[in-house]
Amino acid sequence: MSSTFDVVAKVISETSEIPLEQITPESHAIDDLGIDSLDFLDIVFALDKKFGIKIPLERWTEEVNEGRASVDDYFVLKNLCARIDELVAAKNA
Amino acid sequence: MRLEYFEMIDSVDAFDAEKGHIEATAHVPDGSPVFEGHFPTYPIMPGVMLLETMNHASGYLMLGLNQCSKLPFFVGSKRVKIRRFVTPGQVMKVAVDLVHEGSGFCVTKGTIRVGKELIAEAEMTMMLMNFPTPELGAEVVRRAVLAGMKLPVTA
Repeated sequence: MSSTFDVVAKVISETSEIPLEQITPESHAIDDLGIDSLDFLDIVFALDKKFGIKIPLERWTEEVNEGRASVDDYFVLKNLCARIDELVAAKNA
Repeated sequence: MRLEYFEMIDSVDAFDAEKGHIEATAHVPDGSPVFEGHFPTYPIMPGVMLLETMNHASGYLMLGLNQCSKLPFFVGSKRVKIRRFVTPGQVMKVAVDLVHEGSGFCVTKGTIRVGKELIAEAEMTMMLMNFPTPELGAEVVRRAVLAGMKLPVTA
């Protein structure tokens, strides 16, 4: 069974045409991988479908804009994967 | 349709909130300045305007689903196919289905038919944002209601 990171990395690679080997858990989606906001929408769409969740992009954006969270909390891939695991766990609870 | 004013939808014929589905009609005008350039002596609907027509129907679908709380902005399309020419005077039937409603965005899939013929299809991504001005909200709702949508009076 694939780990969350494997699935996320594959989605990013396919959506943004980034070689899979360049994508690591420490990668920052914006700073390291150069993913822009529109690419990120495609990625979120694919991840929503893959995991059967609704990634709360609006709330995350609000939290970052209001200084209650840092960009790294959501855009460093290991953190993104942790958030996805939380959403999947909440869905299955 | 009033192509030069980007008024693409004449009437909303069916809206199903549960299924996330909308059907609309667009009458291609007999004459328009658009046809003077596209193309001289051979008027056909520009492909981008066919895509825009599906976008407008998609926008009405989302306005209906979110009860005018957010304005859909077209931000991307995939798998766009323009299969046949559409000429002045033809009546287009537009259908759009919601594929996915995410947080602050949605993905829809639209088709255009003339008679039984499939003319165009596309997958569209839209950002769902707050209305930039109350005036725009009121105007969008006014146009949607004129087209046949049952919406709140104000956005």
